[in-house]
Amino acid sequence: MSYLHAGLPKPMPRPDGLDSAYWEAAAQDVLKVQRCNACRGWQWGPEWICHRCLSDDVGFEAVAPTGRIYSYERVWHPVHPALQEQGPYLVALVELPQCDGIRMVGNLLGNPRQAVRIGAAAHAVFEHHADDDPAFTLVQWQLD
Amino acid sequence: MTRSLRGKVAVLGVGETTYYKRGGAPEAEGKLALQAIIAACEDAGISPKSVDGFASFSNDQNDPSRLAAALGIKDLRFANMQWGGGGGGGSGAVGNAAAAIATGMAECVVVFRALAQGQFGRFGQGPRRNAIFGDMAFTAPYGLMSPAQMFAMRVTRFMHDHGVDTAALRAISLASYHHAQNNPRAVMHGRPLDEEKYDASRWIVEPFRLYDCCQENDGAAAMVLVPAERAKETNHRPTYLLSAVSGSHYRAGASAHNTPDYATSCFKTVAPRLYEMAGVKPADVDVLQSYENFTGGVLMSMVEHGFCEPDACNEFFVKENLIAPTGKLPTNTSGGNLAECYMHGLGLNIEAVRQIRGDSTNQVPDADVALVGSGPMVTPVSSSIFGSEATL
Repeated sequence: MSYLHAGLPKPMPRPDGLDSAYWEAAAQDVLKVQRCNACRGWQWGPEWICHRCLSDDVGFEAVAPTGRIYSYERVWHPVHPALQEQGPYLVALVELPQCDGIRMVGNLLGNPRQAVRIGAAAHAVFEHHADDDPAFTLVQWQLD
Repeated sequence: MTRSLRGKVAVLGVGETTYYKRGGAPEAEGKLALQAIIAACEDAGISPKSVDGFASFSNDQNDPSRLAAALGIKDLRFANMQWGGGGGGGSGAVGNAAAAIATGMAECVVVFRALAQGQFGRFGQGPRRNAIFGDMAFTAPYGLMSPAQMFAMRVTRFMHDHGVDTAALRAISLASYHHAQNNPRAVMHGRPLDEEKYDASRWIVEPFRLYDCCQENDGAAAMVLVPAERAKETNHRPTYLLSAVSGSHYRAGASAHNTPDYATSCFKTVAPRLYEMAGVKPADVDVLQSYENFTGGVLMSMVEHGFCEPDACNEFFVKENLIAPTGKLPTNTSGGNLAECYMHGLGLNIEAVRQIRGDSTNQVPDADVALVGSGPMVTPVSSSIFGSEATL
């Protein structure tokens, strides 16, 4: 079951391969983000090189799919035809303290009118769209 | 020797087309651009054929070579585009034009922006593609697509960190609508806003209600810049550029909302350079034009330009402080992007010039220093300061 109505743009891996590892892992219920093999720093969104040490030896590593709410928004006005009958929905920005505080964007599952507390703990929920063309997985979040 | 634009360039003329609601322009965008340029040249008292450069921003699609051909310009010497989407390049384009003049690359540069959201894509709508890759693949599938949605989480975090009430956002909107009632050019002229109407308006995305969001418009605006020694060629009160800077902070462009300093308008590194070049302090600013994509952006811009401490927003952001002529810091005195017209903020630079010239429809008495903040929360952002002869 998907949080938002069908019809929004579907995410695809970049043709140049920069973020393929993220999407492939998400399809397997695994959260992977970038980590520099030289200085071991974490990085998100994906870049071709490490922004700290400038090494181009940057890989992807699986991380605990947990974080805390850094900010959020409740959207009311539909800006896409797929959202016309949606009603309000929540978008969350989730900070991963275990990975140098990188942040992930997703929907916050549950009642869209719920009160949201900045700093609250949350965990990832993998929302699979295996029958879509192209197939994809969204990484959603739920309060603990 | 200090390298600076301070006092080297004057604004000889400003102009705009009639401003329309999105879809309301009876002319094509390219024709609107030409009409605004001709209007600014007429205001400057020069022939459009003597223009030798153009500067714009935000991927304006009116190519300078085509404009020069249409206007019969004999010697095009400068054609410049400031990188970056949104209105973050408004003052940046002014600075680029001024830099060309100050260094002798050009003599008479028009800064312009033409925008017909009724004829081309609307900024306030999400992409219609079936699939998407790159940075937007990490946001759009979650329903995070429009500018209001891109910026609401920044503002929410700032309001959370500093205990800011939504009444502070409302005051910014009320001030713009208040000023628009005296400005016949304003699209919202004759459509006043009060607290009750604001409070009853629908949410777009929390914390933004309808009246916290800029309009979508059709129109065009232009400014004519020349070397400072030509400032007195017109009958207007001479108006000089004191400073124009652009940029953004460390990794402001990190994708998927990962800029380390998130709850910011992106002016923290820009504003100090702005004041340093201009040789003025925040307390010297008589009137402010602060880009309203969304009211929350104005709030953070004003904090980062030094007009208010971040923890004092609830006291400072009241309508009485923001309106001309009596407010502590009259702000968006044309009605701005909320209530005059969303010409990607170039109208704010024009209003700053009118304040220095003394011919604003909401004139601040004896305005000698006018500051413009362009396009908060995008990257790069830019700011500019205009001054009277007394400031040189």
